[in-house]
Amino acid sequence: MTAIASITLQNVDDARPIIESILADNPGARVMNMPGAVKIDCDHRLVIKRDSVEKRIGRSWTPQDIHLVLISMAGNLDEDDDYFALSWNA
Amino acid sequence: MTAKKLGLKQRYAAMTRGLDWETSYQPMDKVFPYDRFEGIKIKDWSAWEDPFRLTMDSYWKYQAEKERKLYAVLDSFAQNNGLLGLSSAKYVNAVKLFITGISPEEYQAHRGFSFAGRHLRGVGPRVAAQMQSLDELRHAQTQIHTISNYNKYFDGMHEWRHMHDRVWYLSVPKSFFDDARTAGPFEFMIAIGFAFEYVLTNLLFVPFMSGAAYNGDLATVTFGFSAQSDESRHMTLGIEVIKFLLEQHPDNLPIVQRWVDKWFWRGFKVLGLVAMMMDYMLPKRIMSWKEAWEIYFTQGGGSLFEDLGRYGLKMPKYHEVATEMADHIAHQNWAIFYQYTHAAAFHTWLPSAEEMDWLSAKYPESFDKYYRPRFELWAQMEKDGKRFYNNGLPQLCNTCQIPMGYTEPGDPTTIAFRHSIHRGERYHFCSDGCKDIFDQEPEKYAQSWLPVHQIFQGHCGGATVPDVLAYYNMNVGADNMDYQGSPDQKLWDEWQAARLRVAS
Repeated sequence: MTAIASITLQNVDDARPIIESILADNPGARVMNMPGAVKIDCDHRLVIKRDSVEKRIGRSWTPQDIHLVLISMAGNLDEDDDYFALSWNA
Repeated sequence: MTAKKLGLKQRYAAMTRGLDWETSYQPMDKVFPYDRFEGIKIKDWSAWEDPFRLTMDSYWKYQAEKERKLYAVLDSFAQNNGLLGLSSAKYVNAVKLFITGISPEEYQAHRGFSFAGRHLRGVGPRVAAQMQSLDELRHAQTQIHTISNYNKYFDGMHEWRHMHDRVWYLSVPKSFFDDARTAGPFEFMIAIGFAFEYVLTNLLFVPFMSGAAYNGDLATVTFGFSAQSDESRHMTLGIEVIKFLLEQHPDNLPIVQRWVDKWFWRGFKVLGLVAMMMDYMLPKRIMSWKEAWEIYFTQGGGSLFEDLGRYGLKMPKYHEVATEMADHIAHQNWAIFYQYTHAAAFHTWLPSAEEMDWLSAKYPESFDKYYRPRFELWAQMEKDGKRFYNNGLPQLCNTCQIPMGYTEPGDPTTIAFRHSIHRGERYHFCSDGCKDIFDQEPEKYAQSWLPVHQIFQGHCGGATVPDVLAYYNMNVGADNMDYQGSPDQKLWDEWQAARLRVAS
């Protein structure tokens, strides 16, 4: 079975540029829409890049701001100033 | 000269490490008396890694922002009669189960993490447990605030705290948390932090809350998702606890595996209530319990346990049985509540023809064969004026405390019964999973407060059903019985009629 890294965000304005950047930066990412929420799955690893989000919103953004729209996630988390990554080792 | 700005990882280390000290006038073992007896061996507490590097100052900043957003929505919902936008007042019954059966457990989690935050020797996990303790308190408070608005109009929520400690089905989640909180701090962290938060709470807070959104309950979905953003942090704490314990010493593996087996099974049984909420209590549905199980346990849990396989940890024992039960648990639970509607603080109903078709489509292997005939028979009995009530008190499983209504693996027409003898007494169980848990710690579970036993022993107000309902503080005729004919229904129908009058 392929290990799936996953993140679920609220379906709100603040989250849309983040969702867009995930889809642009993670080839093969799959979107599941639920009322009020968006779940994005990607095999093995999924990354959110600070510069990619900032480019879309036109202002500075820190990966910790994700707390405001985060619902759930799956994978081992690696977080730093410039990225927020979820991955499985297997 | 300006110092170079520290990166997140360095900043976090500076803010969270080296804050503790070795005690000098009391031995460390006396200051931390509970972190050795479970047999867990820790060589190096400093090897603890927090995946979310959230320092206290950012924690307060983000939590304050989340609270502001949440309370803006709650105020607006209450101020603008948001209740009128619900799909149906039937939906409110899921909220009743939430405030009586889930919110009190948020408070129990708060207390449990306060305990773990005090009694773990390492500073990293102590800080993480304290943050989680604050989060859980926030969840209890925001849920009480949100649901208090429903309590102004609908029945069944007025005595949620009193009922939580007494009512038969609420002993299921209560005993789950009592069990976790009376364990040692490491077992508590595995029970709640890992098994419950990581493996199972997605099933409650993601599809169910999305269902709340779909049914027009913008207050509940907002507290649900606001809480869930904390849960993501808790999930990473849960996975970190597991990795940390397994990396520290090989002797920890069998202990941790046993806890994972136990708490997976305990959690799966508790979440049967959520299965029923999703499949029967949401008037508009987004996905079935079985589909949610497939996404969040089979796929999500599968990826997780594959990853943890490098430490030798295996999928929880009886996970195949739980997956098979995903075809049955919601139907069997709803059938139990239908039969005991006179003793439940929320309303029940039979699924409509359209709802049964949805259930058939979602459960092709089980619904038409095993459950549709039963619901159709009960519907006919209602029509004939012979609505079926079960007037006996059910035998309860001594571990999960759920009435013994579940069926044998591989045979959905035979009720499963297991038992163990302990000190000359016979104890009953609904499943091999629950029996194993008892057999591992019979001294603990022999003390279970089983609601039916307590009634028979005369501890619950008296010997008759009205006596017991009075002891529950139940408002008989309003809180209990079918939705059809309830004061809730009458109120809702009046609201709908008023809307139609205005519209015409």
